[in-house]
Amino acid sequence: MGKPSKEKMIEMYRAMVKIRKTEQKLMEVFSHGEILGFLHVSIGQEAAPVGICSHLTDDDYIATTHRGHGHAIAKGIDLKMAMAELFGKKAGYCLGRSGSMHLADKSRGIMGANGIVGAGIPIATGAAFAAKYKKTDQVAVATFGEGATGEGAFHEALNFAAIKKLPIVYLCENNGWAEFSPMSIHAPIQSVTQRALAYDIPAVSVANNVLEIYEETGKAVERARKGEGPTLIEVRSERWYGHYVGDAQKYRGKENVAQAMAKDCLLNFEEDLFQSKVLKKQDIENINTDLDAEIEEAVRFARECPYPEVSEMMDGLYL
Amino acid sequence: MKDIRYILAIKEAMEEEMDRDEHVFLIGEDVGLAGGAFGASKGLHEKFGPERIVDTPISELGFTSLAAGAASCGLRPIVEIMFMDFVTCCMDSIVNQIAKMRYMFGNQYSVPIVIRMPEGGGLNAGPQHSQCLEAWFAHVPGLKVVMAANPYDVKGLLKAAIRDDNPVIFIENKTLHAIKGSIPEEEYLIPLGKADVKREGTDVTVVSASRLVNESLKAAYALSKEGVSVEVVDLRTIQPWDRETVFTSIAKTHRLVVAHEAVKQFGFGAEIAAAVAEEILDELDAPIIRVGAPFVPASYSLEKYYVPGAEDVKKAVMTTLERSF
Repeated sequence: MGKPSKEKMIEMYRAMVKIRKTEQKLMEVFSHGEILGFLHVSIGQEAAPVGICSHLTDDDYIATTHRGHGHAIAKGIDLKMAMAELFGKKAGYCLGRSGSMHLADKSRGIMGANGIVGAGIPIATGAAFAAKYKKTDQVAVATFGEGATGEGAFHEALNFAAIKKLPIVYLCENNGWAEFSPMSIHAPIQSVTQRALAYDIPAVSVANNVLEIYEETGKAVERARKGEGPTLIEVRSERWYGHYVGDAQKYRGKENVAQAMAKDCLLNFEEDLFQSKVLKKQDIENINTDLDAEIEEAVRFARECPYPEVSEMMDGLYL
Repeated sequence: MKDIRYILAIKEAMEEEMDRDEHVFLIGEDVGLAGGAFGASKGLHEKFGPERIVDTPISELGFTSLAAGAASCGLRPIVEIMFMDFVTCCMDSIVNQIAKMRYMFGNQYSVPIVIRMPEGGGLNAGPQHSQCLEAWFAHVPGLKVVMAANPYDVKGLLKAAIRDDNPVIFIENKTLHAIKGSIPEEEYLIPLGKADVKREGTDVTVVSASRLVNESLKAAYALSKEGVSVEVVDLRTIQPWDRETVFTSIAKTHRLVVAHEAVKQFGFGAEIAAAVAEEILDELDAPIIRVGAPFVPASYSLEKYYVPGAEDVKKAVMTTLERSF
C-alpha cells in the first residue's frame, strides 16, 4: 500500500474540508436552535474517517458513533438528506425521527451512528459475519473512541471476530477524552493497541495524519478482504471541542485545548499538498468555495423541508 | 399426526426453516457441538455445519448484537440464550438497538431476528436461573413477544417468528421442554398476534400464556367437576396481544383471571387487566384477579411454593365468583 495517487489525495482533502466545514456550519445552526438535542462534532479528527473510507466501496459497511458525521460524509452520505435528518425533517434519512446520533444510509453501507458508546462495535462485527457467511468480499469497519474500549461490547466483539477471522477493521480514534475524563481515568495503558494483544489481533497506532492512516488502514482493509481476519488501528487523534457542542470543557485546561488545535490534521495535509505542488492556492480556494456552496444548499434544503406529521408517529413500528 | 416432545418441535421448526431459507442460522452458547444446553439443536450441527450452527464464546451481548448486525445485512438469525436470566446481559443490544433499528433509521433496515430463551422454574435452579422476564420486553416498542404452551404451538409459532421481519423474543418454558403433544406431519404455521381459546367456558375467562395455560386447563377441568365453566384463553403472543379474542371471551363470561408464572406486580397480566378496565369495565361482574409468583426472587428450596400452578388459578377463579358485584 503506497501513497495515494494525486487525484485520490485531492479527493481526500476535499472530504476532510467537507467534514470540517459541515460541522462548523452545524455548530452555527445549532447555536440558533435549528438543530435539537445533542450535537457531537469531530472537528480535529477528520483524518481517520477519510483515511479508511478511501479504501471502501458502497458495498462495505461502517458502524459509527455519536461523533459520527465525519464517517458518514467520508463514506459518501448525501449531504442534503443528512442535513434534513439533522434538522428533524421528513426528507431526512431516518424520516426526521432520529437526528445526529442515528444518521444512517443503508444504500452506502452506513449502519448508523449510535447513541450508546461501544454498541456499534458488535453490530459492525455482525456485518462482517454476514459478509463471510454470504462469501462476498465485503469488509466492515467499526469506529469508536478509546472510551468505548472499556465496554464489554468491544471485548466481546473482538474476541468473536478473532475466533472467526471476520473481515473487519476496528478503527479507534483515541482523542484522549472519554466524554469528560482523560484516558488515564479509563485505562491503565498508553495505547489501545495493547487491548488487541489479548485477542491475537494485529494492531498498530498511527498519528493523526491522513496519509499515514490511509496506508495502515489500506493494509487492514486488504487483510480483511483476503479473509485474513480483523485488525485494530488506533489513531492518536485530537478533540478540539467538548464532548457535545456547548460543553465548556472546564475539566480540561486551555493549554490542553490549544495543543490539540495546534495539531490540525486538515491544515497539515493542506500544507503538504501545497508544498508538494499537488494543489495550488487557487485550487484550495476553489475547493473551499465549492464546498461552502454545497453546504449552504444542503442547509437551505433542510430548512425548507417539512417536519414529519404527528399523525405519522406510529407508522412503521412493526412491518 | 405424530406425538412429539416440545424440545423436538423446536428443533423441527428450526431445521425446516433452515432447509427452506439459507439465510437462517442459529447462534448461541453450546448450540453446535453440544446440541444446545437443553438439546434444542441436537443433530443440526452435523447437518448444517459450523457456518450455520454457530457456537459462541460466553458472551451474550456480543453475539446478540452481532446477530443484529447480520440481520440488518440480510441474514435471519435465531439467537439462543441459554437461560432467560442471561438475557439481562444483552439488554443494550435488544432494547436500544434491535427494538429500534428499523423505526429509528426511518425503515431503512429491518431486523428479522428471533431470540429464543427458556424461562421459569422447575429445576430448583434458584434466583438467577428461574426468572420470567417477558414483561420487560413487552414494554419496549418494536419487539414482538411470543410464548408457547405446547409442542403444536411452539413449532408453528417458531416457524412464523423466523419468517417475521420484526424482531421476536421467543420464550420457552423449561418445564415444557419434556412435554409431549400431537402435531401434524405436514407443515403448518401459527400467525403471531393471535390468541387461542384452549378451552371454551361460560363462567370465568382465564387469560394466560406458556406453562400457566396448561395449569389453567388443569384448574378448568377440576372446576368443571364442581359445576364451574372456565374458558382458557392462551395469548400465545403477548406483544402485540390479541384484544379481540380476550374481549370477546370476557363479553361472554363477564369475569377475568389473568395468570402467569412471572411475579404478579407489573407482569403482563397487569396490562391485560388495565386494558380491560379501561375499555370494557362495564362487561365485568367481578373484580379482575391476577395469578403470579410472589414479589421476591425465585426460591431454591421453596420453589414448589413459589411457582404458581393450577391450585392458584382455581382459587382465583373461585374468588371472582365469590366477589361478584
